[in-house]
Amino acid sequence: MTGKVSRRGVSRISARFELRAKEGRKLLIPYFTAGDPKPENAVPMMHAMVKAGADLIELGVPFSDPMAEGPVIQKAMERALAFNVSLHDVMAMVAEFRQKDSETPVILMGYLNPVEVMGYTEFAKAASKAGVDGLLTVDIPPEEATDYVAAMKAEGIDRIFLISPTTSEQRIKLINDASAGFLYYVSLKGVTGAGHLDVKAVQDRVSMIRTLTELPVGVGFGIKDADSAASIASAADAVVVGSAIVKRIEENLDSADNGIKAVCELLSEMRAALDAS
Amino acid sequence: MAESETKYQQPNEKGHFGVYGGLFVAETLMGPLAELRIAYEKYMQDKDFLAELDWELQNYVGRPSPLYFAERWSKELGGAKIYLKREDLNHTGAHKINNTVGQALLAKRMGKTRIIAETGAGQHGVATATVAARLGLECVVYMGAVDIQRQAANVYRMKLLGAKVVPVTAGSATLKDALNEAMRDWVTNIDDTFYIIGTVAGPHPYPAMVRDFQTVIGREAREQILQHEGRLPDALIACVGGGSNAIGLFHPFLDDKDIAIYGVEAAGEGIETGKHAAPLCAGKPGILHGNRTYLVEDENGQIIETHSISAGLDYPGVGPEHAWLKDIGRAKYVAINDDEALQAFHDLTRIEGIIPALESSHALAYATKLAPTMDKEQIIIVNLSGRGDKDIHTVADIEGITL
Repeated sequence: MTGKVSRRGVSRISARFELRAKEGRKLLIPYFTAGDPKPENAVPMMHAMVKAGADLIELGVPFSDPMAEGPVIQKAMERALAFNVSLHDVMAMVAEFRQKDSETPVILMGYLNPVEVMGYTEFAKAASKAGVDGLLTVDIPPEEATDYVAAMKAEGIDRIFLISPTTSEQRIKLINDASAGFLYYVSLKGVTGAGHLDVKAVQDRVSMIRTLTELPVGVGFGIKDADSAASIASAADAVVVGSAIVKRIEENLDSADNGIKAVCELLSEMRAALDAS
Repeated sequence: MAESETKYQQPNEKGHFGVYGGLFVAETLMGPLAELRIAYEKYMQDKDFLAELDWELQNYVGRPSPLYFAERWSKELGGAKIYLKREDLNHTGAHKINNTVGQALLAKRMGKTRIIAETGAGQHGVATATVAARLGLECVVYMGAVDIQRQAANVYRMKLLGAKVVPVTAGSATLKDALNEAMRDWVTNIDDTFYIIGTVAGPHPYPAMVRDFQTVIGREAREQILQHEGRLPDALIACVGGGSNAIGLFHPFLDDKDIAIYGVEAAGEGIETGKHAAPLCAGKPGILHGNRTYLVEDENGQIIETHSISAGLDYPGVGPEHAWLKDIGRAKYVAINDDEALQAFHDLTRIEGIIPALESSHALAYATKLAPTMDKEQIIIVNLSGRGDKDIHTVADIEGITL
């Protein structure tokens, strides 16, 4: 049940992109930090997100020094770290999620040090066993990732790398060669949750990226409501929503159920907007 | 040629010192870091740039700094002769300005109009605000809220110099968090902003570039000791937080294999208590702030809060070149605790009339252990990386004195 590839031999991530492409729909990819606000909320949150229209779940691995995060996700990581949520714990959450959901792809997003300390191969084996489909590590560029890519590839873990507004064409090719699953375009210069989204610029960049890759392209950073999700989706195969979700968790720290409800309302609106456009 | 005969040349073209160093940053910074590397490589070969840098170091910083024979202190310790490289006499009172002058001149050549920096003790922040004022550049300094408390005088100094000091409350609210926040600023404002990192850490080319701007310390010390003594020293000692003053002294001596090299980390309340800032002595390799190096971290790869009486050493990482020098055995890394550093602070002040920074006091404290084991003809150079005026409130506080 927890195998990482579908019956057709492609990864769960690729299968989901292919399915949605056939339907002419866009993927909705929500992010939240594993263990925020409490470790026991993670698996219920994941199932609720799927019900609300999520296609793929990006699960944040807490790290003490999240250099690319804005204040919203920084605080989420601090809340999770108050419970000492580790990379092992996050993989255990995915394994529990897989007991009831063998279809929805899950990627882990985080920073290199926890994976480095565990060891790339040990991580890849444990992740594969837990039913993790992909890994997005913010602070490893392909130039440093030879061993990392080989270890993930060996266990069928897709490598998702970021492409930014400052990435050169030459580097996009390099990133494409190291990637599997999809490419993730960061829609702005800055940290997660920043506010200045330029839709036209994103559309132009994504069109350019498409000339250099066969992989689907997701876009994230700065998408905060149904409207911005729909306008970005016009250029992309998937939209990633992070800080807007974490903000709703933060607004409901007194009740985890209300947090899940608030997140799902947002996702349902986004799902409807994506499917309508 | 045998490995042992090759001249020391690190890092490689990818910024690796053995397995350490490298470029571990978010994608948005890869382009700007490549731009920086190209500019740095170009201007370090450019005669006009190097002449301008020399002029600034002489006339603005006040170099060369003296190499002072601490005769009374050496006699008291009853062993090797101790020379102090007086970086405390530089403009702004520490070695930090050697690097900020260099990077600010580079920023100007690259057409950047805004300077950002992180600071721990405030020395690097002051040195950055100083050169930004001198060159008419906008300056923003990120500083941990805890450090702002400990170093109020330096905060005021930066403000007088026209810098904006931004308190960082995330995480442990110290140097590492200030560095995170400066990185976040840089990633957001890369078009007009130059990030002046204050130590030999961070992604390539920073560890090599900051080292190159700091090696003026070792180059001068080498000439000066030959003038004073007609020979090279037997040992070098410097404190290591990120490790820029240490690498600045050590680097020009690395090929002289007979010279013993000691980097002194902060043992805080004691290595055995876990409350320290000594990644080389008690940490493990990992990835933080753009490079692979030794870190103070837990078994899950989370960075642990460090402890030191000295804000400038209160950092969980260390420059990757030190990690490399440790592994190849060229330098030895030791640790000095808060009490030992305080004792050395008082000793030098009373015996030589020099108030050392608490950071430098760690190097001095190790000299008090090493010198008596050597004979009277032998020579130690200790890098007196900064002056202690900034620390008098901290010391008074610890000793229960209200100023």
